[in-house]
Amino acid sequence: MASQRTSSRGWKWSNVYLIAVFVVLYAPIFFLTLYSFNSGGAMHDFEGFTLDWYKEVFADTRLLIIVLNTLVIALLSSALSTILGVLGALAIQHVRRRRTQNTLLALNNVLIVSPDVIIGASFLILFTIVGIKLGFVSVLLAHIAFSVPIVVIMVLPKLEEMSSTWIDAARDLGASRTDVLTKVILPYIRPGIFAGFFMALTYSLDDFAVTFFVTGNGYSTLAVEIYSRARQGISLSINALSTLIFLFTIILVIGYYFINQRGNRPPGTEVQQ
Amino acid sequence: MSVKSRNLYLIPYAAWIILFVVAPIALIVYYSLFDIEGKFTFSNYSSFFTPVYMRMTLSSFWYAFLITVFSLLIAYPAAYLLTRTKHKQLWLLLIILPSWINLLLKAYAFLGLFGTYGIVNAALETFGIGRQQILFTDFSFVFVSVYIFIPFMILPVFNALEKMNPSLIDAARDLGASPWTTFRRVVFPLTINGVKAGCQAVFIPALSLFMITRLIAGNRVITLGTAIEQHFLVTQDWGMGATIAVFLVVIMALIMVLTGNRPKREVSR
Repeated sequence: MASQRTSSRGWKWSNVYLIAVFVVLYAPIFFLTLYSFNSGGAMHDFEGFTLDWYKEVFADTRLLIIVLNTLVIALLSSALSTILGVLGALAIQHVRRRRTQNTLLALNNVLIVSPDVIIGASFLILFTIVGIKLGFVSVLLAHIAFSVPIVVIMVLPKLEEMSSTWIDAARDLGASRTDVLTKVILPYIRPGIFAGFFMALTYSLDDFAVTFFVTGNGYSTLAVEIYSRARQGISLSINALSTLIFLFTIILVIGYYFINQRGNRPPGTEVQQ
Repeated sequence: MSVKSRNLYLIPYAAWIILFVVAPIALIVYYSLFDIEGKFTFSNYSSFFTPVYMRMTLSSFWYAFLITVFSLLIAYPAAYLLTRTKHKQLWLLLIILPSWINLLLKAYAFLGLFGTYGIVNAALETFGIGRQQILFTDFSFVFVSVYIFIPFMILPVFNALEKMNPSLIDAARDLGASPWTTFRRVVFPLTINGVKAGCQAVFIPALSLFMITRLIAGNRVITLGTAIEQHFLVTQDWGMGATIAVFLVVIMALIMVLTGNRPKREVSR
């Protein structure tokens, strides 16, 4: 690493580039935040400081119900998909034949790589055929469905990392199958489970396209609501709302980061694998 | 473990696979064979090969290609420099952080930034260039898309660079290779898998963007994703929408096979 920093000048230029990338990445977010305090009512010409837009957000019961919907969907779907995903990872791990394992993994990854539009459209067909009314249930099912493979991907490496001798030892010492699962396997893969839960949570909170397809009239999540409002033009209450969401996201990310730290794994590899 | 316990784990998971992976794909293919009146037909496929849809497919590909290339051009140096920083995990986290923010909000921010009276136009005016129409152009579409996808390109490239043995660079330099040769002959080939994963993670979602095209490109850019959304939610012609979706799935599978190795996680939607 040191050899790359032979000249301080080169080091400086690289810093300039990185900082430029950061500025561009963060500028829109800070821009939104800044104008959420603008009394002028538009995203240009900052006139004066005001908290009116925040007041407007908190006075908007419809919006607050939508925020509540979004949180309920996110928490429920990530909890349920974590359970399903852990079972899935265990299932994949327990399949002995390599081919079956690969097939399961490939099927698992289909929803991860599929474009949202296709997931949304195909789920729309599915729910219509099965006769599930579009609304809370369809959105919840869709969110569970697309979060399960992420949890599997997060949990599986932990399971594979675990030495099978632990299980053998537990069995030899007379542990029942349930004991092995709850006292040996689950505690060991807990960081993976937490990471999976958090990823599922962020995916659910972040999703727009799939929800857009499977939500009916009268039920909406935050992303869908912001989309329909943004299509009507700029309203600074959206800015205020996004500032609040931004803060919330930072808190979530910090939480995720600390859970990762406890699991002793860098965040980059988490998201990747 | 015994056969019995193995099967127990598999039941809910297999049910999930059948219900939400296999069934939706089968349904998409099935619906593509029916026209808007519900009659069995191949007409959707024949109309897909008319100039209207072909032009749309081509332009969709062209935009996705542009978005991928620009993301790579910006992301690769950034990822490389990231691996050289002191607190790289922290920097990486900071790079990923914006990608955790709902992309709708980011697109919305650009409505303000690029608007007629927005900051960018104000800056252009001070420099004497004058106000330009930025919003609802191809440029704004590509720019915002690249902005949104950059973290997803940086991540796999960063991981690939991290896996690379740094002494290889020193070896190349010691043997007299110029920095450019070192990059072209050593670093880049060794990180090609990260680049591939990044391109997958950007190209496929870029093909099917529909929200950004609506908000930022003002319906000027029609991608395959926009067309699917239009058919499913506006014109209610599910057959045609499903046909386009089938093509998108086929294209996607082709890209996966061409870029090799198993699919990597893409974080975008």
